[in-house]
Amino acid sequence: MSPTQMTTNSESNPSEPRSTVRALEVPLPSAPAAGEPPTPVLTPSIIRQFLSSRGSGKFADQAFAGLMLTCALSIFAIVIFIASILVLRSKLSLHAFGFKFFTSQAWDPVSGDFGALPFIYGTLATSFLALLMAVPLALGVAVFLTELCPKMLRAPISFLTELLAAIPSVVYGLWAVFVLVPMMRDSLGPFLVKTLGWTGFFEGANFGVGMLTASIILAIMILPIISSLTRDIMLAVPNSQREAVLALGATRWEMIRVGVLRNSRIGIVGAVMLGLGRALGETMAVTMVIGNHAEINKSLFAPGYTLASVIANEFSEATGDVYLSALIEIGLALFLVTIVVNTIARLLVWAVTRGAPARVA
Amino acid sequence: MSTKPVTPTPAMREPTNFNTRRMKLDQFRRATMNNLITGLAILSTVVVITPLLLILGYLIYKGASSLNFAFFTQIPKPVGEDGGGMANSIVGSGVILSLASLMGIPVGIAAGVYLAEFGRGKVLADAVRFTADVLNGVPSIVMGISIYSLIVMQQKHFSAFAGGVALAIMMVPTITRTTEEMLMTVPHAIREAALGLGVPKWRTAISVSLRTASPGIITGCMLAFARVAGETAPLLFTAFGNQFWSLSLTQPIAALPLQIYIYATGPYDEWHRLAWAGSLVLIMLIMVSVTLVRIFANRGVLKGGS
Repeated sequence: MSPTQMTTNSESNPSEPRSTVRALEVPLPSAPAAGEPPTPVLTPSIIRQFLSSRGSGKFADQAFAGLMLTCALSIFAIVIFIASILVLRSKLSLHAFGFKFFTSQAWDPVSGDFGALPFIYGTLATSFLALLMAVPLALGVAVFLTELCPKMLRAPISFLTELLAAIPSVVYGLWAVFVLVPMMRDSLGPFLVKTLGWTGFFEGANFGVGMLTASIILAIMILPIISSLTRDIMLAVPNSQREAVLALGATRWEMIRVGVLRNSRIGIVGAVMLGLGRALGETMAVTMVIGNHAEINKSLFAPGYTLASVIANEFSEATGDVYLSALIEIGLALFLVTIVVNTIARLLVWAVTRGAPARVA
Repeated sequence: MSTKPVTPTPAMREPTNFNTRRMKLDQFRRATMNNLITGLAILSTVVVITPLLLILGYLIYKGASSLNFAFFTQIPKPVGEDGGGMANSIVGSGVILSLASLMGIPVGIAAGVYLAEFGRGKVLADAVRFTADVLNGVPSIVMGISIYSLIVMQQKHFSAFAGGVALAIMMVPTITRTTEEMLMTVPHAIREAALGLGVPKWRTAISVSLRTASPGIITGCMLAFARVAGETAPLLFTAFGNQFWSLSLTQPIAALPLQIYIYATGPYDEWHRLAWAGSLVLIMLIMVSVTLVRIFANRGVLKGGS
């Protein structure tokens, strides 16, 4: 400790007035200055420091791996938790109605008699119709994007179709309520009655809301999922296969049919099933336009009800334990069905695109 | 017998003529089919793009004409009074989404790190990956009633916290899968270089792998964020909505998609106007984040695809 050092210390802080008192105080916090070792000629290199810290990293490594594993396992935990809580809360309804719940058409909150058949019918019918409309279009888009489209257009068109997926359900619902429903009521509906009225599917009062409107909006919503997955699956077909078929003198369509579609059909089925899974669980847009009436009707103009939309509509005003329990059982059914559909679909898609980078749809 | 040359007769020439004609017909049929399918593919692309443009166009038209300053600064007026805005919903959405991101993003990224760095080739990792994919397809309304049963039923009241948890659960699988994919694109040599210098494995994972893949991982987080930003169904029974200012995590809170749903299904024109404006704001939020992500992706920051 030298006086010169003291002065440098106080000089480093020019805001403090220099005084003798200050100089006397300096030795008190002098630990760093006093403990300063004579500078060694050789400091251990950074690499050496790393190497010597390795031993203590062992524990940190295990702790880190454990933490990451816990987070990964939480995904299992979420699925198990959802399943168990749904079973637990729907116990009342499971006991009261048994399997009859799925075959009964009754939906009477006042007398406490519940059956899910109208909702099952509504869900299946709207999803099936949506697939009927969406699948050919999605295949067309995928074929266009992978085989026909000029390179320049490829990126913008895929971008646009994927924008469809980014629009929230409730906005689709809003659009459907104010644009699609009037269109359905005033132009499309009467046209269908005139041309296809004889089939019996387009009968009765046409309010604009109903099964068909819900199916159309569902079709628009599941299109991007099916088309982007199908496109990826088609891109996974090796180019040599296309070239081989073309070399045999096939036209482009024959090449697509024999060389591409035939090889990716399993994956395409998977993509369609993923779209189906999405359609089964889609809630807000459907709730806004399906009419919300628990009945089974052959006419597609008639209002309907789906599993998801009955939960959305009635859950927060369900009075009575059995009512609530019945709604949760409907949720359980929806959960199990979508789990099964998604599992099969993922397996099919994996079987085809294994090796190629997976995408999050 | 077979060596005896056969003199061609008109009757024998006839089939060859017939064959070429048939071949020509066949070629015509094939060419027509080719053109037909090409036309259909182009047509279907147009049919798919059209509703998107229609929806976006109509939304901008209706939304922009209903947007005003009050929309961003006022809370909803009582029924029957004109004016008012959705300021509380915008803030509420912000609260719920921050809460969801705070819970969902770390868990999602950590699970992705496990899949890519520690679990390669393990059966457990395959199972986790598969479960994440399946969980991604579980309807959002099922998440809503599960969280309702777990949190809201216990606490006996709706809360912003419950809404955040429901959305966080929906974010996890998406983030996990994108994080894993992005980490897979980091070359092994970089990790080996770090490990070879004696850097511990956890340090390698954080400072080398995660850091290299960070643009892609941020992209994944933004996509997950955009996806849950528009979710309504899980919030119906968790956050529940609120007509007044609330920042409390234990109270019901307003959210933009919820408010749009309420206004769209209501009978008043003023409500419809607000619903359009709210939709435009919501969609702008989502589109801007998704578009930014795409621009990033096209610049080549992101090599592994979208």
